[in-house]
Amino acid sequence: MSAFKVIQPGLLTLIQDRGRFGQHRLGLTNGGPLDSHAFDWANKLCGNESNASALEISIGGLVLEAQTDTYIAITGADMKVTINNSAIELWQTIKINSGDKINFAFATSGARAYLAVADGFKIAESFTSTATVTREAIGGIDGSKLQAQDLLPCTPTLGRSLLSLPEQEIPNYSLAVTLRVILGYQQDTFDAVQQRLFFSSQYQLSDKVDRMGFRLQGQSIQSSIEGILSEGICHGAIQIPADGQPIILMNDRQTIGGYPKIGSVIAQDTAKLAQLMPGAYVKFEEISLEKAHNINHLKIVRDQSIKLIEHHS
Amino acid sequence: MKIEIAGENSIIVYFAEQTSPQVSAQVQQTMHSVEALLGEHLIDMVPSYASLLVIYNPYTTDHYFVRRCIDKSLSELQALTQKEGNLIELPAYYSTESGPDLEQLATNANLSVAEVISIHTQMEYRVYAIGFAPGFAYLGEVDPRIAAPRLSTPRLKVPRGAVAIADRQTAVYPAQSPGGWNLIGLCPTRMFNPQALPSMPVQVGDRVKFVAIQRTEFLALGGEL
Repeated sequence: MSAFKVIQPGLLTLIQDRGRFGQHRLGLTNGGPLDSHAFDWANKLCGNESNASALEISIGGLVLEAQTDTYIAITGADMKVTINNSAIELWQTIKINSGDKINFAFATSGARAYLAVADGFKIAESFTSTATVTREAIGGIDGSKLQAQDLLPCTPTLGRSLLSLPEQEIPNYSLAVTLRVILGYQQDTFDAVQQRLFFSSQYQLSDKVDRMGFRLQGQSIQSSIEGILSEGICHGAIQIPADGQPIILMNDRQTIGGYPKIGSVIAQDTAKLAQLMPGAYVKFEEISLEKAHNINHLKIVRDQSIKLIEHHS
Repeated sequence: MKIEIAGENSIIVYFAEQTSPQVSAQVQQTMHSVEALLGEHLIDMVPSYASLLVIYNPYTTDHYFVRRCIDKSLSELQALTQKEGNLIELPAYYSTESGPDLEQLATNANLSVAEVISIHTQMEYRVYAIGFAPGFAYLGEVDPRIAAPRLSTPRLKVPRGAVAIADRQTAVYPAQSPGGWNLIGLCPTRMFNPQALPSMPVQVGDRVKFVAIQRTEFLALGGEL
């Protein structure tokens, strides 16, 4: 079988496709890459379809051994990746030979890296997706994060173009991010003063950060209500519990919940949030729904206009 | 009736401040008609106690169109006759062996264990929401006589199949998990089986009735103690 063998699984390495959709009625959440921007480029650089299964490596520590000749691309956080002890560049297609050892150290910039392989990892779908949600024990290999000795099946591939993303397109993971927010849900239970405080304060990422939600610390915000009848929670929703500290709900969030929400962060910005480490700073900026739609459509046009550079090494 | 933006690709419809079987039926009806109207533009929906979250594909449609579909569904709501969900019977083995909180709940309620069981099985519950974990169906409403607050210290391990009460809600744990509900019995029916189709015996809007069974029957139905 063509595969990559997991020598060391790292802190948290998960098989992900773009996510599991249409299954909320069973209580199943989305899963999928926290930084969809980096995930998408990893697949594009391998010439894959956009939903191909790739790896999300959080913080680092992953060691793989190739058991086939193929191509990979690594994007996202800088984890000082080496192949057979030689440093490699991110955001480009890399030729892999059977026996190559791929070694991730720990993130020095960003928090999550993505590794895609030509034609994607061949993982059985559960509920239409391979996305691993460990809390639900669904997706990936037996619903769990990668374990040492796991085999990640793929197909042997020859003759892919070696592409790289132009340098100016490579994201620079800063220590501060502005998150654009569409007001919604229970926004009218946060009065003008509370909303002004929310949008003018700087928040810090606490150490309670996981794939369900990112808890922030800073200016407390109060809703005029304590709780609501449990209702559906969309991706990026900002929940404000009684302690007034915002929680941004991410890919593995519970599908329903009963805390007041002031609005939702757009997905382009939760992707940036996903690359921050505890202690980093975020601010919120209000935008209209129409502006969010424009931003999303512009991103598609922009991404399509990027000309990948062909290289030969 | 109130329609709010939820996020860049989602809209939430609020049907009422509180839930009731009628509100729940409205949520279910709207869900089906929005699903038909939106077709491929629909990504997902989350029906709950008194609301419906509609998640759409913002690259193939926009919120104006989605709102029009929701408006249309809501306007047709009144014309529909109230459609009741399916009635599903769930067997339950009530005992101190299978329900470690049964006796305490009875004592607190000034009832006998037999009375608690009889009250729990008499009521027809509605599936108001599914969430918390895959297949976790929130059933309501429990007779106030046997309503009981959550445990002050949640258990680290509640077994799969545990029949439980929290306030005026009842549920069957779909998988072993931590939990703070009062455990009164065990149900041998799998509430969530990823290998089966459908994966769940109930959906939001269905009606559920518990049927008391004996130990031998529980074991015969595949239950584990």
